[in-house]
Amino acid sequence: MTRLLRSAFVIGRRDFQATVLSKAFIFFLLGPVFPLLLGGVFGGIGAKVASQTEQPVVAVVWPQEDYARLSDARDQLAEAMHGATVVKLVHYAPASDLKAQQQRLLASREPPVRAVLTGNIATPHFTGAVGPDVDQVELIIANARDRNAEPDLAVTPTAAASGSVAKDQAVTGQIGQMLLFFLTILLSGMVMSQLIEEKSNKIIEVIAAAVPIDALFIGKLFAMLAASIVGIVVWISAGALLIQMLNNGGVRSLPSPAVGWPAFLGLGVVYFGMYYLLLGAAFLTIGAQASTVREVQTLSMPVTFAQVLIFGFAATAVGQPNSAEAIAAAVFPLSSPMAMLARAAQDPAWVPQIVAIVWQAVWVALILRVGSRLFRKTVLKSGPRTKWWRRAQKTLDVGGGV
Amino acid sequence: MLRQVSQSVATSGLAVEAIDLVKDFGDTRAVNGVSLAVPTGSIYGLLGPNGAGKTTTLRMLIGIIDPSSGMRRVLGREQPIDAAPEIGYLPEERGLYQSMHAREAIAFMGALRGLPIAEGRRRADDLLEQHGLSEWGKKSIRSLSKGMAQTVQLLGAIVHRPMLIVLDEPFSGLDAINQGRLEEMIRREARDGVTVLFSTHVIAHAERLCERIAIIAKGSVAFDGSVAEARGRLRPIVRLRTRASDGPWRAAMPANARCEGDELVFELPEDGPEPLLKALIDGGAGIETLAIERPGLHDAFVSIAGSQALAAMGTQEQVK
Repeated sequence: MTRLLRSAFVIGRRDFQATVLSKAFIFFLLGPVFPLLLGGVFGGIGAKVASQTEQPVVAVVWPQEDYARLSDARDQLAEAMHGATVVKLVHYAPASDLKAQQQRLLASREPPVRAVLTGNIATPHFTGAVGPDVDQVELIIANARDRNAEPDLAVTPTAAASGSVAKDQAVTGQIGQMLLFFLTILLSGMVMSQLIEEKSNKIIEVIAAAVPIDALFIGKLFAMLAASIVGIVVWISAGALLIQMLNNGGVRSLPSPAVGWPAFLGLGVVYFGMYYLLLGAAFLTIGAQASTVREVQTLSMPVTFAQVLIFGFAATAVGQPNSAEAIAAAVFPLSSPMAMLARAAQDPAWVPQIVAIVWQAVWVALILRVGSRLFRKTVLKSGPRTKWWRRAQKTLDVGGGV
Repeated sequence: MLRQVSQSVATSGLAVEAIDLVKDFGDTRAVNGVSLAVPTGSIYGLLGPNGAGKTTTLRMLIGIIDPSSGMRRVLGREQPIDAAPEIGYLPEERGLYQSMHAREAIAFMGALRGLPIAEGRRRADDLLEQHGLSEWGKKSIRSLSKGMAQTVQLLGAIVHRPMLIVLDEPFSGLDAINQGRLEEMIRREARDGVTVLFSTHVIAHAERLCERIAIIAKGSVAFDGSVAEARGRLRPIVRLRTRASDGPWRAAMPANARCEGDELVFELPEDGPEPLLKALIDGGAGIETLAIERPGLHDAFVSIAGSQALAAMGTQEQVK
């Protein structure tokens, strides 16, 4: 065991240094910046376009005092609806030729007017594209006519209620799952190609003669885990996004998970490690069968789809941690870390968490073992003389002959 | 200074022992019942043409692949991987991490065999200096010539001071000077008590270096013994040139005597040279020249492995 770990350390140290000290690692570190930049740029443009095109504008050709009451009522509605789309009102003083003014406004592109409200607060008239805007305008006018119509509701606030907490904690679990998913999807391609270097430059012969293949797999897997943790530390340290989120109350606005924030973050780290090791062991095994970079690239797409499927399966645990699907997702080794992280957000019990971590560790060891044997068998061409079914067939033939 | 061998190896006197090793790849049998006994501290050569099964045999012996059947014991261990820290290995297909420095590559290969990395670096510096490569120690492998990279890999195979060195076609790709250096290194390691097992298809290297050889042909051992024993399988060759072309002396010629130019060439009769000389003199042959040649390993190889194997080797040597 000591020799296995020592050998794995030698392999892992070499891989870690080769990865982290290479120029390409800078691009790896910059990797998440590109989608964030793209998201920022296209998100900004999209938001601008959406604000221009989606928010309906109603031109109000009313006396100033009537418009002021209408505008107040509109702002009150927008506040109550927490930013949901509410018609935008733009005031125009009535012109001498009201009909011509109305036609001109309906043809206007700046701003794009959907309807024109004429008359006054007592006798309003709506002209234009009829849609949900009409209902909103009716509500706003009704409110503007009688400000005292607002019911005098007595409110006694509480810290939380079960209905709202369950929903909010599910959101926390879902965000945790998504973070896990995106972090590992970034790494899967790298893990798949881990053995290509050794196979293409023939050093695999030297390594296979010197250390157990298990040590090669363990070393490579943990080297990649260490490199990814370096990446994560750098990303978080340089996390403009996180700071932005903190400043805007992003993280703090999330409801506290059932096990509490420190434990949830700790479990997040553990489950990231487990999820990475489980997927990594599986992908390392699959990638080890490939001889060239081209083969690895060919394998990458089905592997990514598999990851998305696993993510979808694990997502069934969100909101209903004790359902049959959620338990199945927690038991299935590859979805277990994500399902259990979601559970940690919703269920304070620790026993299932500890059992799951042990269960996942067993599967990591099992997949590594199978992977190294498969590597010896298929790549190094080692192992028994014939396939088991052929041996069984021979045994049957001999038995039949007797 | 002699390196210490384990108790079990000291008792048996064998560094490597293989009994009836068989290896099948699908329906192809690459090795068919190879048995070997490599004495501790010897230089042992595996001879045979490419495709004879030498590399597969070596890969089984050091545990890269498992045999389909048969038994192997390396440095007293049934599982060769258990003896890995005491084995040095140079594969036929050379390979190093291209971005690694030469010094680091040697230390890394030592670390794989259990040598602490700091000690590996120190020894790497010494070895590089001994082989005139000290200025290349901090250069990446990709910047070295093929011969230099091969030397670095060889140094990586011995940096941990193994008890058994296994070299698969170590001379291929080396120029004459480096081949000579490698031969000297092999002799030096053997003087230190290290067992050296190497495969080659160049008979001259085996003849100069080996105390014992195994000739492998078509996956089986055709001969296992000392070089002298291999040569001893053939009778000495007599080359005779006479002034008289015919006469009573002709009766003393063996039936298999053949003409090569103006010489008669035949195997020395079993009763030795004296009766032959007497018959030639008494029969009026007029001996002009008479040479008795001891057969070389090349001749022994032809005899043992067959002319088909030699033809295959000849073709490969021309290609190389």
